[in-house]
Amino acid sequence: MSAVQEAMPAIRGSRDATVRRFALTDSIFHGLTRAAAVLVLVLLGGVAISLIVGAWPALSTFGVSFVTTESWNPVTEKFGALAPIYGTIITSAIAIIIAVPLGIGIAIFLTELCPRPLRRPIGMAVELLAGIPSIIYGIWGLFVLAPFLQTTIQPVIISIFHGVPGLNSLFAGPPYGIGLLTSAMILAIMILPFITSITKDVFDTVPSVLKESAYGIGCTTWEVTRRVVIPYTRIGIMGGVMLALGRALGETMAVTFVIGNAHRISTSLFAPATTISATIANEFTEAVGDLYTSSLVALGLILFIITFLILAIARYMLMRIDARTGA
Amino acid sequence: MSTAASLHQSRKRKNAVMMTLCVIAAGIGLAWLALILGALIYKGLSGVNLAVFTEMTPPPGDAGGLLNAIYGSIMMTIIGIIVGTPIGVLAGTYMAEYGRFSKLTTVVRFINDILLSAPSIIIGLFVYELMVRPMGHFSAIAGAVALAILVIPVVVRTTEDMLNLVPNALREAGTAIGAPRWVVIRSVAYRAALSGIVTGILLAIARISGETAPLLFTALNNQFWSSNLNAPMASLPVTIFQFALSPYEEWQQLAWTGALIITLTVLGLSIFARSLTGRREDR
Repeated sequence: MSAVQEAMPAIRGSRDATVRRFALTDSIFHGLTRAAAVLVLVLLGGVAISLIVGAWPALSTFGVSFVTTESWNPVTEKFGALAPIYGTIITSAIAIIIAVPLGIGIAIFLTELCPRPLRRPIGMAVELLAGIPSIIYGIWGLFVLAPFLQTTIQPVIISIFHGVPGLNSLFAGPPYGIGLLTSAMILAIMILPFITSITKDVFDTVPSVLKESAYGIGCTTWEVTRRVVIPYTRIGIMGGVMLALGRALGETMAVTFVIGNAHRISTSLFAPATTISATIANEFTEAVGDLYTSSLVALGLILFIITFLILAIARYMLMRIDARTGA
Repeated sequence: MSTAASLHQSRKRKNAVMMTLCVIAAGIGLAWLALILGALIYKGLSGVNLAVFTEMTPPPGDAGGLLNAIYGSIMMTIIGIIVGTPIGVLAGTYMAEYGRFSKLTTVVRFINDILLSAPSIIIGLFVYELMVRPMGHFSAIAGAVALAILVIPVVVRTTEDMLNLVPNALREAGTAIGAPRWVVIRSVAYRAALSGIVTGILLAIARISGETAPLLFTALNNQFWSSNLNAPMASLPVTIFQFALSPYEEWQQLAWTGALIITLTVLGLSIFARSLTGRREDR
C-alpha cells in the first residue's frame, strides 16, 4: 500500500509528460497538414502572380491592342493575340458540339440499354480514353487522322459545298489534313470520356421513383430520358460540359501536332490556325528577346483566366448537384 | 382510335431511333479507342527491339534507342512523386480529419479541383518563371517540380475522398482508448484508407508519366545521356514530340515506339489502380 502511494507521484509525473508529448506531437502534425492545405492555395496564387509578373512587359507595351490585333511578328516585335484566341475558342466550341451528343448518348446507353455484365467493361474502356496521354492523340492525329481526312473526307466536303454560299467559305480548300477541324475532332475524342463519366454519374442520382412513375404512365425509354432524367440532371450535365470545355481550351500537345501553327484568322475550318497553348508550346523555347517571351506568357495568362473562370463555373454547378443529392 | 394507335407507333419509332443512336454513339467511342490502340501497336511494335532500351537517342538519320529519354522520364517521375505525394497526402489529411468542417477546407477543395483540371502548360510557364529564369538555365529538377505540382491535386483529391469513407466509429474507438488524434489518423484512418490512397498515387504516376507540356520549357530535352539533375534532361514525351515532327524516318519510328511504351505503361497503371479500388467496392 505504502509502496504504491510512494510510486504515485512518479506515475502521475510520467503520465503528465506523456500527455504533454501527445499534445505537442499532435499539434505539430495538425500544423503540418494545415500548412500543406494552405500550400495548395499558395500554388494557385503563385501561378497567377508569376504569370502577371511575366506578362507585364508585353501587356504594358501593347495594352488592350494585345487582344484585338491579329499580327504576330517576332521580327518587328509586334504581337497580337487575336488569332490564337480565335483558334482556341473555335476548336473548343466545335469539339463541344461533337462530343456533347456523343457523350450523352454513351451515358444513356450505359445507364439504360447496356446489359449489366457489359456495363463495367465498356464504361472502363471509355474512361481509358481519358487516361491516354495527350501526346498520343497528337501523334495519332498527325499520322493517321490527318492523312485520312486529307485524302478522303475533305476533298468530298469541299466539292459538295463548292457552290453553296456561306458554306463554301467555311469549307474552303485546299485540303491540308491539319487545321481547325482536325484539331477540334481530336479534342472531341479527348473530352468525350469526361462528359460521359460525369453524365453517367449524375444520371445515377435520379431517384428511381421518378423514372418508375414515368414508365408507369406508359412513357418510352427515350421519353423518360428526355423528359425526366435530363431535366432533373441539367445542372450536373452543364457542369460536366463546362469541365470538358476547360480541358479542351487548355489542351496543348494533341492540338500542337495537328493545328498547323499559322498565326492568321481564316474563315475556312480546313485552314491551318493556332491556339494559345499550341503557340506557347511551339515558340516558347525559341523565343528571343524579352518582349517575345513576355507576349507568350501573356498568352498563358489569358488562357489561365479563361480556364479558371470556366472551371470555377463548372465546379460550382457540380457542387450544387452534390448538395442536392446529399440533402 | 386510329390516331391514338398511330401516335403510339410514332412514339415507339422515335424511341427506337434515339436508342439506336445511343448504341451507335457507344460504338463510335469504342471504335475510336480501338483505332488509336490499333495504330499504336501496328506502328510501334515493329520498332521494338533491344536497341530501344540500350542505346541513346540517335542523331538525325541514324538508328538508335530511347535509353536516355526513358531514364529521364523515370527519374523526373520519381522525384515528382516523392516531392508531390507527401504534400498531397498531408493536405488531404487536413481536409478530411482536422479541418473537415472548416472554411479553409471548402476553399482548398474548390481551388484544388481547379488545379486538377488546369492546363498543364500553365504549370510549365509557372515553373519557368519560378525556377528556370532565376537559375538561368533549364534543368531536370525544374521539370520534376512541374510534375510534382501536377501530382499534388490528384493525391489531395483521392486522399480526402478515401479518408472520408473511413467510418467514424473506427476513429472514436481509437480516441476512446486514449490515443491522440494523430496516432488515430496514422494507425487507424491511414490503414483503413491505404488502398485508396495508393490508387491515387498510381493515378498520379499515370498522369505525369505522359505529360509533355510542362516539361517543354523546364527540363527541355537532351540528345545525350545525362544524370545531372541541374542540367537539361531528355524525357520520353518530349523526345516523341521532337521526333514525330521531324522529317527523318528513323526518328518517326522511334517516336511511335516511344508512344507505344508510354501508352502501355499508363494504361497498365490505371487499370491496376482501378482494380485496387474495384476490389474495395465489391467487398
